[in-house]
Amino acid sequence: MAKIIVTTRTGEISEVTGKPGYSVMEILRDNGFDEIAAICGGSCSCATCHVYVDRDQLDRLAAQSEDEYDLVSSTDHHKPESRLSCQIDFSEALDGLRVTIAPED
Amino acid sequence: MTEKLIIIGAGQAGLQVAATLRQKDYTGKILMIGDEAHLPYERPPLSKGFLKGLVPAERLSLKPAAFYQDKAIDCLTGVAVTRIDRRQKRLRLSDHSEQTYEKLVLATGSRARTLDIPGIGLAGVQSLRTLEDAAAIAESLRPGQRLVIAGGGYIGLEVAAAARSLGIDVTLLEIADRVMQRTATPHLSEFFQKEHASQGVDIRLNTGIASIEGKGRVERVFCSDGASLAADTVIIGIGVIPNQTLAEDAGLAVNDGVLVDEFAATSDPYIYAAGDCARHPNACFGGLVRLESVQNAVDQAKCAAFSILGTPQPYREIPWFWSDQYDLKLQIAGLWRQDDQVIVRGDPATRKFSLLCLRNGALAAISTINNLQDFLPAKKLIAAGACLDTAAASDPAIPLKTFL
Repeated sequence: MAKIIVTTRTGEISEVTGKPGYSVMEILRDNGFDEIAAICGGSCSCATCHVYVDRDQLDRLAAQSEDEYDLVSSTDHHKPESRLSCQIDFSEALDGLRVTIAPED
Repeated sequence: MTEKLIIIGAGQAGLQVAATLRQKDYTGKILMIGDEAHLPYERPPLSKGFLKGLVPAERLSLKPAAFYQDKAIDCLTGVAVTRIDRRQKRLRLSDHSEQTYEKLVLATGSRARTLDIPGIGLAGVQSLRTLEDAAAIAESLRPGQRLVIAGGGYIGLEVAAAARSLGIDVTLLEIADRVMQRTATPHLSEFFQKEHASQGVDIRLNTGIASIEGKGRVERVFCSDGASLAADTVIIGIGVIPNQTLAEDAGLAVNDGVLVDEFAATSDPYIYAAGDCARHPNACFGGLVRLESVQNAVDQAKCAAFSILGTPQPYREIPWFWSDQYDLKLQIAGLWRQDDQVIVRGDPATRKFSLLCLRNGALAAISTINNLQDFLPAKKLIAAGACLDTAAASDPAIPLKTFL
């Protein structure tokens, strides 16, 4: 089973099983990470599912859409490794993905 | 004694009250009662991805079932509250059982407005509010069929866009002289009218629906201008009305919504209200307003939760909304008013631009179309009451965040 390694805002690290076909946001939300507000439900409208992906794993992800870049890059805590977790489709190929939940905007 | 809180309504607001309380270590008992058969689910996709078959029902749940167990949030679904006895702090339910509470939250939401016209009860005539409504509409949308939509608000326009992508013949009737009249600037209405027309939607403005005919199922729609249209499905998308009967019958102050203060408190000190059903003071509007949006449901629910916890925080969030139609991503923050000065930022012909609404020189609202980079900075500028230089603000080369 493919895993995601999650670091919360308080620095706690845990490992969850990812559901292929679901977004990383859905997986985090369904595993009880309530720091992920995901108010818009995954439609790339609110930036409340902002995560940092480990830099050395960024190239494993599909490219960011213009909408996602425009939104996430306008947040206060944007970094080059910023992604909106609702826009990352999880698959077995992403086993071992490491994400850190970004601070609230 | 442990406090018992009951939340009437298992939608976005009801869930958020419970979730925030548990997040803040509320130790009372929580019972959420909803009249739909489901645990809380996302409504926005019902008029978008769900209709197009892109988002299956099982992915609409706001939280997995385990969440409610883990957080000790008891849920009664498929049961309506039929009466609030405020003196006894007791509720009567549709299954004839009773529940007592110490504190109560009304998160009863709203229901689709309907029309009292001949034929409204025919099969194939639908509102869109619940998962069941959406499933019935999705079932009836087959390529080549003819859909008539009454109402050019978000529901009507989103359904029109979804239906066109499925190869459905769509006519949209709007009784006003432009679509999205209530929430959007005239520029925006015009832009979306053109877009829908170019996608093949037959938009008829200043036109209502007079009657519907058919043998058991809709076959024909008669418009207010005398025109008649063949139809396989009719969607009535003419707005919602707040579910306030319970509150009204219990003697709470209501006026097109349950009246609350900026702490989500009703006229009864033990009862709060949040979401679509609550009319509240809103600085962005400059008076009392009822907002029908996910943002309002979530943020006002948090406000109610903080009041219940005894750490009240006034509701001051900037209202925001979104709508996805075709490849257009519309985001709105703030509340537009008719006398606002509207600045176009960017070229609408490029399908990537923003409309800034200035009130006394300060940014009061924004609409962005495929232009998400303006959205969050604008929200902050609105909250700050920032005054913008109109020439600079209309130049898309200058990022909005430079005005912060």
